[in-house]
Order: sequence, then structure tokens, then C-alpha cells
Amino acid sequence: MSHLGFLFTAYLLIWIALAIYMLSIFRRQSRLEAELQSLQNLLQERRGPEQA
Amino acid sequence: MQKNVRLSPADWILWGLTSVAIAVALYAAFLYAPTERTMGDIQRIFYFHVASAWIGFLAFFVVFVASIAYLATKAIKWDILAASSAEIGVVFSTLVLLTGPLWARPVWNTYWTWDPRLTSFLILWLIYIAYLMLRAYAGEEEKSARFAAVFGIIGFLDVPIVYASIRLWRTLHPKPVIAGGGSSGLAPQMLTSLFIALGAFLVLYIALLRLRIRLEKVNRAVRQLHLEINR
Repeated sequence: MSHLGFLFTAYLLIWIALAIYMLSIFRRQSRLEAELQSLQNLLQERRGPEQA
Repeated sequence: MQKNVRLSPADWILWGLTSVAIAVALYAAFLYAPTERTMGDIQRIFYFHVASAWIGFLAFFVVFVASIAYLATKAIKWDILAASSAEIGVVFSTLVLLTGPLWARPVWNTYWTWDPRLTSFLILWLIYIAYLMLRAYAGEEEKSARFAAVFGIIGFLDVPIVYASIRLWRTLHPKPVIAGGGSSGLAPQMLTSLFIALGAFLVLYIALLRLRIRLEKVNRAVRQLHLEINR
């Protein structure tokens, strides 16, 4: 590989790694928010009959 | 069904600023900074390689401070900050370990050598990988936070060793460019480009930290609800 090839690969890896990390944060966030919502609903259902 | 993650106006501003800062840093690294005499264009890896390393150190310093604060106060916010900053520190350190060998190959004729700077940096990366694994598998939340805080303080001791390694031992790694004595130093345009890259990655670190802290809070809320449901 030429010097420019190494330079190009290094910068490409930086942006790919950062993009993967950001994507992983967004995916985890959206999965956890959905889980939080369903757990809140479940808890609400359980408390419903008790409160009634 | 998964929802799209909503960003606050402050996040949008921060990400806008990050994009502009990175564009300026790329311009500075490729067009503003002069070509280095001995290494040629490959030296342009330097700007983002060094900026990644410094932001990695900053992230681990935040872990160190937040860990001390957690042990002193037992306030969860410090544990959340430490957990979030450690993960981002590992990401930036990974960038250093990815770009370093690509710079070394054409210049040293090898991707890796067990030189004091490279070895101490690899150990630092492994320490924080172990830190993240400890957090993931330590079980009970309070115990995990306490262990992680102690680990976060002890782990940071490797950072001064990495920093001093090129001053204390004979090494292939380039000498320090700032405060490195008479034989070191950079051309003014190169130094400016380095600081621009550093500024861009600092804004990126803050933007990522905000996202990661929000993720950590939701993660803990989910764990709390699981505990309540299973009680």
C-alpha cells in the first residue's frame, strides 16, 4: 500500500469506528426506551386491580 | 416496536457545532498544515491520532475524578458519569490503536513493536476494557459501582506512565511535541492544526457524553423496574 493508501485507510477507520459507536448508542437507547415503556405498562396493569 | 431517539435542541446545536469543527479540523489537517519533510503526507495521521489519545486521557481522567466523587458521596450521578466516560474513552483509545499502526507501517516498516509507549498504551486500553466488563458482570448495582470506582482510580495510574514513557525510556515513538525540550516542537501551522483537531474531538466527546449519560439513565430505570416487577 502507498503512503496515501495508509493515510486514507486511517481516516476511513476513524469515521467508521465513530459511526458504529454512535449507531450502537442510538440502537441501545431506542431498545431500552421501548423496554422501559413496556415495563411501565406491565407495572401499571399489575397495580390497576390492586388499586381498584 | 422501536422508537426513534429524540435529540433535544441543545443536542442539535452541539452536533451541528461538532460537524463544523470536524470539517474545519479536516481542512486544517489536509490543506492548511504543511507536508512534513521526512515522513511526507503520512504524517497527517498525526492530527487525529494525537487528538484521539488526548481525548482518551481526558475521558479516563473524568472517570478518575467521578470515581473519587462517587466513593466520597455515594451519589449515583457520579457513577453514571464514570460509566459513560469510560466507554467513550475506550472508543477514542481504540482510534489511537487503529491509526497508530497505519502510521507506523510506512515509517517504521512494522505495524507494531513492543516499545514502552505502545505497550503502556495497550495496557491502558486493556485496563478500561476490563473496567467495562467489571461493570457489566459485577451484579448488584451498588457493589458494581463501588468496585468500578476503585478500579477507575487505580486504572488511571497507567495514564501518567503512558505520558512519561517517551520521556523516560528509549523508544521508537516520536518525542513529545509540546513541552518536550529543545529537540522537539512543531511548525506553527502544524501546532494550530493539532489544536483544531483537539478542539473538534473535545466537542465530539461532550456531545457523545451527553448521549451516553442519557442512555445510562434509561438503562438504570429499566433495571429498577425489573427489580420492582420481580419483587
